[in-house]
Amino acid sequence: MTLFKRTPIAPLDYTRRLWMRAWVGATLFFLYAPLLVLIAFSFNDSSRNIVWRGFTFKYYGKVFENDALVTALGNSLTIAFLATLFSIVLGTLAAVLLWRFRFPLKAGLEGVMSLPIVVPEICMGVAMLVFFARLDWPSDLPWPLNLSAITIAHITFCFPFVTMVVRARLAGFNKEQEEAAKDLGASDWQAFRDVLLPHMKPGIIAGALLAFTLSLDDFVITFFTSGPNTITFPVKVYSMVRFSVTPEVNAASALLIFLTILLTTVALKLQDFSKATA
Amino acid sequence: MQDWNRQKPAFLALATAPVLWLLAFFILPLGIVWLYSFGRNVGLTDIDISGTFANYARALEPLYLEIFGKSVAVAALTTLLCLVIGFPVALAITFAQPKWRPWLLLAVMLPFWTNLLIRTYALITVLRTQGYVNKSLGFLWDQASSVKAFLGLAPLPTWEPLELLYNNFAVILGLVYVHLPFMVLPLYAALDRMDKSLIEASLDLGAGHLRTITRIVAPLAAPGIISGVIITFVPALGAYLTPDLMGGPDSQMIANVIERQFKRANDWPFGAALSFLLMYATFMLIALQALRTRKIEARQ
Amino acid sequence: MSDKQPVISIRNVTKRFGNMVAVDNVSIDILEGEFFVLLGPSGCGKTTLLRMIAGFELPSEGQILIGGQDMAGVAPNRRPVNMVFQSYAVFPHMTVADNVAYGLKIAGIEKSEIRHRVNEALELVSLGGLGTRMPDQLSGGQRQRVALARGLVMRPKVLLLDEPLSALDAKLRAQMQFELAELQDNVGITFVTVTHDQDEALSMACRIAVMNKGDVAQMAVPADLYEHPANRFVADFIGSVNIFEGKLTLDEPERAEVNCPGLGRVYLNHGVTGAHETTVWVAIRPEKITMTAPGKAKAKDSPAGTNIAHGQIKGMSYLGDITLYDVRLETGESLRVSRPNLSRWDQEDFQWDDKVSLHWHPSSPIVLLS
Repeated sequence: MTLFKRTPIAPLDYTRRLWMRAWVGATLFFLYAPLLVLIAFSFNDSSRNIVWRGFTFKYYGKVFENDALVTALGNSLTIAFLATLFSIVLGTLAAVLLWRFRFPLKAGLEGVMSLPIVVPEICMGVAMLVFFARLDWPSDLPWPLNLSAITIAHITFCFPFVTMVVRARLAGFNKEQEEAAKDLGASDWQAFRDVLLPHMKPGIIAGALLAFTLSLDDFVITFFTSGPNTITFPVKVYSMVRFSVTPEVNAASALLIFLTILLTTVALKLQDFSKATA
Repeated sequence: MQDWNRQKPAFLALATAPVLWLLAFFILPLGIVWLYSFGRNVGLTDIDISGTFANYARALEPLYLEIFGKSVAVAALTTLLCLVIGFPVALAITFAQPKWRPWLLLAVMLPFWTNLLIRTYALITVLRTQGYVNKSLGFLWDQASSVKAFLGLAPLPTWEPLELLYNNFAVILGLVYVHLPFMVLPLYAALDRMDKSLIEASLDLGAGHLRTITRIVAPLAAPGIISGVIITFVPALGAYLTPDLMGGPDSQMIANVIERQFKRANDWPFGAALSFLLMYATFMLIALQALRTRKIEARQ
Repeated sequence: MSDKQPVISIRNVTKRFGNMVAVDNVSIDILEGEFFVLLGPSGCGKTTLLRMIAGFELPSEGQILIGGQDMAGVAPNRRPVNMVFQSYAVFPHMTVADNVAYGLKIAGIEKSEIRHRVNEALELVSLGGLGTRMPDQLSGGQRQRVALARGLVMRPKVLLLDEPLSALDAKLRAQMQFELAELQDNVGITFVTVTHDQDEALSMACRIAVMNKGDVAQMAVPADLYEHPANRFVADFIGSVNIFEGKLTLDEPERAEVNCPGLGRVYLNHGVTGAHETTVWVAIRPEKITMTAPGKAKAKDSPAGTNIAHGQIKGMSYLGDITLYDVRLETGESLRVSRPNLSRWDQEDFQWDDKVSLHWHPSSPIVLLS
């Protein structure tokens, strides 16, 4: 042990203790090893996918030749995009509403807003299933309207998250800034547009990324709202996984992991950017 | 904060859309499910809302009570394991050097952002009978066997791959795998907020590290521990995907039963009743937590 | 004092954080029963030094001895010192009495003895009867007393106090300065206090070590620090001072002269010891300068050896007990002068732009070599 130490470990340097490092290392291994194995073997030139037989992109090619998978990915991205768009509008409105106003039944609204976050996904899923069945929601609409049921369900569970993030951001707003804008002659709307909105921007961006990821990742709720013509990527992968473990599923999953990493990187970059300009 | 009727146009502009959306696409769907839970199937597609409690009575039959009990037990064990694994990790992140801290947090967060289905699938691929875990164990077994043979002892019997999937063990492992970040983040938040000099004061007064953690750190991080427990327990209780993909025939949880009522058994009223029972259980936990925080806030 | 044993010996201690040197080869002996103060601006290394004594930071080089024992490898919970933290670190989930009893319980002391000692300690810090309160029901000053009692009850060899008064308001701080000094006198435990507040240091300490950028700039009793600062840093840090650079033109045992371009010729009634170079600095405290209406005599007419300067008042600030004047000298430099407001109606009411003469005794200027 002394071989590695340059300076002695002070009492509160818990993270420098060997057992602590081993624990964190083991935990991260537990979290990452399966994902890394999956990614590695999406490049493996073997259909049995346990022994390494050389590097190949062919399963990625197969993913893109698989029309059903490509359509599903397209559906997922379209839904995520639309759900994000609606969620940031609804979420921001609700955040400003809860931050700005005192009104009757406010606690009730706050409670209802937090429900989509805490209700078990399965319950939300069956509620959406029952709802759209009851309404006889048409399932044969042209693209992208055929995705409307899934998109509506996604907006419902995404926008409260946007509200949460934006509201947290608003809590740090110095109201004197808005008063200063009004003191200098701005109207309510101008003060909102010129002072409050720029302050909320990092929160809205973070909320948008959160909504996009949540929508893209959702399986359970989508599972209950999707029809045979409106398969999303996770639902498609689910049916493939049920069927068997194939390198093609590996490749498709790896693609989604890369997309997540990309989104996370963008989120972090944007955060740094907003920190630098704040 | 302003009173709503001092600025009615602005208030209405802000309130209308989100409130209507919630009513139409959240409260209404839940309301329909709630009504269905008091109904019964008439014919193939029609449901007669007759105000019967038969569905709830059926949910209290031993078969379903057992599944409920099992779901609670599985979720509780998952939560406990997450706490035991996650606490030292949260502690390590809290006391990591500032330049390492965001990276460690990111390392915990990243799986959390990754698709649940894919994480579950990844775990399945390594746990299969031909997966890496079995392969590594087999390798170690063979090594041990050859060492024994080398020492002149009888070699071990041939390695039989372990059945790591499609049983209760797999479900719990899968749930821990998926929910660990849920536990680490609130724990970290609570530990990070804590005044580090409290720990130093305890050490200074003669307590060892273990005693400091049990008598100072844990009580002070209790709000974080409790919210971590609830944030892990609630989704674990309602978990659908993990028991569905990794469980065996006897490891079905409540969410799988609900799904079956809607997708296969086509007994929507009963599914609706089960679904609301699960929701009530969830709400009770969250209400308890809310009451606790309110009490703490009131005391301050 | 010299016959007392050092209870803490800091020997050539250096502490580095990465490339930053927080404490640079410091050696200090702290004597038994002393009220010792580490004084310096923020970032000077004083808190790091204190935390090294407590064992929360480990020296990169050097040794710390407590009661003659090397503390290397001794964990904080095994050291015979206790600390009062800047944030007080009163455990918020325990009552006042439980806080004070915490260390005793861990030491495995008998229950009745604990109760007795806790009560005694609470009485000592005038918190008798508040034992059942929770910390959030106490004021800041009371919480600080809890932290004090919690340390004192352990009967440590040394009590370490990290900025003990910084979180209190000005009135309470002044009161606590006296109380702390009196308390220390009563219990006879060595106190080592860290502060950035010179008033606090001067009023409480037996000895003060002034630290600057990881170094001890000077270690002395309070009056010496003020009247005989060792260098410009100490002169400037302790109290208010006017400093001028000059050339040492005469240096005899009973007499010296410094020619300062900014102030003129400064006469001293003592020699300068240890001057190797002719560049020196002259420091004069504002209260040691007498200000009068301009006399008829010009500077060049006054007898040799009289310190005199002329200027015009360019700024005044009335502080109640004294008034501070900013006097622009004929050389263009400014000199700060303070005058006590001895009567409620000052006869010589100096005004903005008044021309004034300034005098000071030849014992007043301090010659600094660095």
